[in-house]
Amino acid sequence: MRWGVVIFPGSNDDRDTLRAIEQVVGDEALPLWHKDRTVHGVDCVVLPGGFSYGDYLRCGAIARFSPVMEAVSAHARAGGLVLGICNGFQILCEAGLLPGALVRNRGLRFLCDIVTVRVETSETPFTYGCKAGELLQLPIKHGEGCWVADDATVAALEAEHRIVLRYTDRLGRATAAANPNGSLANVAGLCNAERNVVGLMPHPEHAVERLTGSEDGLRLFRSARAWLGRAAAGARREPALVPGP
Amino acid sequence: MTARLQARVIVTPRRGILDPHGRAVLQSLHALGFTEVAEVRVGKYLEIGLRELGRDAAAERVRAMCEQLLANGVIEDFRIDIDEEPR
Repeated sequence: MRWGVVIFPGSNDDRDTLRAIEQVVGDEALPLWHKDRTVHGVDCVVLPGGFSYGDYLRCGAIARFSPVMEAVSAHARAGGLVLGICNGFQILCEAGLLPGALVRNRGLRFLCDIVTVRVETSETPFTYGCKAGELLQLPIKHGEGCWVADDATVAALEAEHRIVLRYTDRLGRATAAANPNGSLANVAGLCNAERNVVGLMPHPEHAVERLTGSEDGLRLFRSARAWLGRAAAGARREPALVPGP
Repeated sequence: MTARLQARVIVTPRRGILDPHGRAVLQSLHALGFTEVAEVRVGKYLEIGLRELGRDAAAERVRAMCEQLLANGVIEDFRIDIDEEPR
C-alpha cells in the first residue's frame, strides 16, 4: 500500500507520519508537496498535523486552497482514502470534505495530553482492524479541537454511524468530564458519507511505539491495508454472487 | 476616475456556536462589576482596500470574498460596510 503525506508551509507532523508509516508500519510513503497538482497515484493521502499557513484567518482556511487540495478532493471523489490528523482534520472541514468546523477549545488552553478514545465504528478504513467499543490511548495537542456543527448535522452523523472516535474516560464512558475540548457529542474523529475520508484530532503517528507511551496508533494505519484488501477481495467475489444459468 | 474604496468586514461567531473567547471576556467583565453585560462575542475586523471598482461591484466582490475565504458559514456570520478610503 502506498501513502502520501502532504507538506504545507507550517506542517510539522509530516516527518513523524512518514516515519511511522515507512519504518514502523512498513508501507511505502512519499511526501506530497502543497504545490503539486497530483497525489501521484497513492492509495491514501494523509493531511498531517501542524500549523499550515500559521493558522492565519482560521485553522486550515488557507491550506484548503493549496493546489494539491484539488487533487486531494478528486482523489476522495474517486473513492481514494484520505486521513486528516489534527490540522489535517481542520483542513478537511474547511474544504467541505467533512462536516462542521473546529473552533477554539472550550477552556481556551492549548492541550497536550494522552487521552482515551472509544472506537465507534469499524466501518472506516482506519478503524477496520478495531472493534466498535474498543478503547485506544492516543495523544492530542491542539488549541482548536472543539468540533461544532448544527443539530441536524450531529443527528445525521449519529444516525449514519459516522462518528469514528469519541473522547471517553478510562472506562469508556463519553462523559462531559472526559471531553478535553468541548467537542459536540465528544467527537474526536468522524468520516464522510462514503466513509473513505476520515478526520481525527488525536495523533496516531505519535503513538506507534511503546517507548513514547502507546502503540495504539499503529492500529489505525494497519487497518487501512486490511480495508483495501477487503475492497479488492469484494470486487473479485462480486461476479460469483450473480446466479448461474 | 473612481475613488479608492475601503471595505470593512466584521466576522462574528454565529449565535448558538460556542464562543470561548466571548465567554471569557463576559466573565471578566462580570468580575469587574459590569453585571449589565448579557452577552459578548469576539470576532474579527478586516479592512480591505479596493481599486477600480464601483460601489455595487465592490459589495458583490467582497461578499464573494467572505463566502469563499474570510468567513466560514458553518460557524460565522459577516457584515460588510463600503466607503471611500480615508486619506
